[in-house]
Amino acid sequence: MNAPVYNFAYLDEQTKRMIRRAILKAIAIPGYQVPFASREMPMPYGWGTGGVQVTAAILGSDDTLKVIDQGSDDTTNAISIRKFFEKTAGVKTTTVTSDATVIQTRHRIPETALNDNQVLVYQVPIPEPFRFLEPRETETRRMHALGEYGLMHVKLYEDIARHGHIATTYAYPVKVNDRYVMDPSPTPKFDNPKMDDCAALQLFGAGREKRIYAIPPHTRVTSLDFEDHPFETYRFDAPCALCGSNTSYLDEVVVNDKGGRMFVCSDTDYCETRRADGHQGAGFGADYQVT
Amino acid sequence: MRDDDQPLLICEGLSKSYGRQLACQNISFQLYPGEVLAIVGESGSGKSTLLQMLSTQLAPSKGRVSYRMRDGVTRDLAMLGEAERRFLFRTDWGYVHQDPAMGLRMAVSAGANVGERLMAVGWGHYGRIRDTSTSWLERVEISTDRIDDAPKTYSGGMRQRLQIARNLVTKPRLVFMDEPTGGLDVSVQARLLDLVRGLVNELGLAVIIVTHDLAVARLLSHRVMVMKGGEVIETGLTDQVLDDPHEPYTQLLVSSILPA
Amino acid sequence: MYVAVKGGERAIENAHQLLAHERRGDPAVPDLALAQISEQLTLAVDRVMTEGSLYDRELAALAIKQARGDMIEAIFLLRAFRATLPRFGATEPLDTANMDVRRRISSTFKDVPGGQILGPTFDYTHRLLDPSLTADTAIPAPVLGTVDVSPMPRVTDILGADGLIETSPKENPDLPVGDLTREPLSFPADRDLRLQNLARGDEGFLLALGYSTQRGFGRSHPFAGEIRFGEVEVEFMAEEAGFAVPLGSVTLTECQMVNQFKGSATEAPCFTRGYGLAFGQSERKTMSMALVDRALRARELGEDARSPAQDEEFVMSHSDNVQATGFVEHLKLPHYVDFQSELGLLRKLRKEFEATKDSAAALAEAAE
Repeated sequence: MNAPVYNFAYLDEQTKRMIRRAILKAIAIPGYQVPFASREMPMPYGWGTGGVQVTAAILGSDDTLKVIDQGSDDTTNAISIRKFFEKTAGVKTTTVTSDATVIQTRHRIPETALNDNQVLVYQVPIPEPFRFLEPRETETRRMHALGEYGLMHVKLYEDIARHGHIATTYAYPVKVNDRYVMDPSPTPKFDNPKMDDCAALQLFGAGREKRIYAIPPHTRVTSLDFEDHPFETYRFDAPCALCGSNTSYLDEVVVNDKGGRMFVCSDTDYCETRRADGHQGAGFGADYQVT
Repeated sequence: MRDDDQPLLICEGLSKSYGRQLACQNISFQLYPGEVLAIVGESGSGKSTLLQMLSTQLAPSKGRVSYRMRDGVTRDLAMLGEAERRFLFRTDWGYVHQDPAMGLRMAVSAGANVGERLMAVGWGHYGRIRDTSTSWLERVEISTDRIDDAPKTYSGGMRQRLQIARNLVTKPRLVFMDEPTGGLDVSVQARLLDLVRGLVNELGLAVIIVTHDLAVARLLSHRVMVMKGGEVIETGLTDQVLDDPHEPYTQLLVSSILPA
Repeated sequence: MYVAVKGGERAIENAHQLLAHERRGDPAVPDLALAQISEQLTLAVDRVMTEGSLYDRELAALAIKQARGDMIEAIFLLRAFRATLPRFGATEPLDTANMDVRRRISSTFKDVPGGQILGPTFDYTHRLLDPSLTADTAIPAPVLGTVDVSPMPRVTDILGADGLIETSPKENPDLPVGDLTREPLSFPADRDLRLQNLARGDEGFLLALGYSTQRGFGRSHPFAGEIRFGEVEVEFMAEEAGFAVPLGSVTLTECQMVNQFKGSATEAPCFTRGYGLAFGQSERKTMSMALVDRALRARELGEDARSPAQDEEFVMSHSDNVQATGFVEHLKLPHYVDFQSELGLLRKLRKEFEATKDSAAALAEAAE
């Protein structure tokens, strides 16, 4: 039988070259979705193959990799992907954000500010911000090419007319470098401001949909809104029960069968680091409400 | 500031053939600002094909259509880039479809339908967009408390009036209309025509309206072109052509209007 | 005291071990041999090779064993392996007219040169469960006859000789063959990429779409012009040798549908085609593929394209079952961060709703 032999970080050099070319093009046109010939990977489409292909294409033997899902290093899919790179690339891995050079993430941006020596790789399920307003790819490509973004504002208008607020709470569309409208991946809108003028390079990979896009460092990224309904970041009403932070995104944990709840940092490394530095939250017992 | 001496739209030798079949033959005319031109004929006369070519939705086999843009320069429409053409379609032109569902977003609120063109040209203030939509609904006689309802819930006449509002919000200078009263009750038609006539006068719109109904032509248009078999067989001032038709076919058309 | 949940790594390892255990089943039961799968579950192997886009019976059998019989999981395994293989180039176009035919039928003529050969088929069996298969009973040898060496031209070629069916467009030998796995798909797609997409598309999906065309959602009046099954030689152009070198043969099923005739002002009317091809004996797949191929040609043939089977973007974007299952099943991944955002907004809206209700009630009371 033909036993397979794998290259560093799994992908063959030809494929890596192809992906890097797509990445370069994406960086040259911030926010524009570059089509690429996504490969079948050993994990299913929809489970991070785009992010994995981007990471595999840029990873070098002296990189340090961190992988998070929902902000945590310990969720099952983050572990699975981290082990994949440990096995196929043998790179150093870490849970400490500031020690990593490449961070692959699903649905969150780390709370710790990133620096210019880091790359953030996002896993993207549906790259097209118009997808649920216009299902046809031929039409959405034309809208981006011609800068026709009226339909997006129609959606926001409808939200305000119906709910009194813009009803998008995650995957909130942004305008990149004042030109392309982009889907930031299903990160909560809470994280949108972190993309603006970020010191790190941000790369976005969608394996199943076969698109790569990028935000170069220190690029202007603004969330779509109306002048009289400006983008508001979501505020929690109370600090993290474990470390006391009142600036981080919190997970709601149901603690007993009487509906008792507590709120803790979604970014596990951030929370642990704060606690190691001596910060302490109020613990379970206090009354929490969400705005 | 309108230069009424210059034509707004110039059509020269426009033809369309499908294989050996000639849908339109050698059509030429000029349209001036504020002028309403009716193209009448029975089905198969080529009038819809002509409208499609004039509004650049169909490429002609021969001939040319030129339009005087807002900056005063007259351009050959076939030479416009796609971005320019789409922009023109959304701002300086209107197109009213026979079936309003073709010209509206049926599942989106009336307010958003009217406001979409404004948002497409960069209006970013929800309140102002909504106020503009509201005032347009009033102008087309739709009750403003229906602003948040989708046209799915509207009657046929209301949908058509909404389509008109959606087209006029960017103050276009030229509006194409394809059988706008088709499929509506006679009384609803009358109300719609009255509204259109009022708006055309008030806004100084140039209109090219395709219709098989001579009564519509008489009510709305200054000039009329009668088409048969892809050719224009008679053209002139509406009242003159309808009161004193020269061509036998025109006479036949006129005489077949049943008195109301 | 709440402690952040840890131990995901250990949980995954344990889960994998449990899976391996389940896959093996009762150790008293003999382990399944790959040869058993390949020999006796032949049609399963055929399907996995076709949709996995890789002709290797042994690997397909292994994939089926590893996947515990889940066909799409097996197809996924084969595809992932295929993605690592080096590419040498493209073969010469296969000449199915020279097939070593084991089965060949045509519904368009009662008899055809080469004859109607039933071959091994479920077609006229009565679907009665056969308890004799619970034991390994000796099967009597099949009836033998002499091989008919007379030519067996394709029925579509017979029609074509009289100009009754459209010619298959002559390929331009200088144009590179499109490759769906190396270029991202964009619409409108050329027919070579369309057929590749359908060949590896999910059999169930294509079956449903093909069925829908027969029921009126884009009807094309199909007739099964020919279905043939057998071995075809594969040749590769060796540059150094200067001629095409035979690499071996593959077992294929080919279906040619003869559809609604079409003419124009400049051309006499003739029948139109739909085409299906698959590895192994895969008639349902090739027939469905041919129906859908024809449906997707609606626009090219000047027909009104209004049904799902005629919608190129819809069909081709959703035919790949590996992509489909990946995305459908990804809903099992944690989504609690986004869910948290939705909870937040929902609570806010509900509070506002209650507030307006209360103030409306207060006003009503005040008015009384």
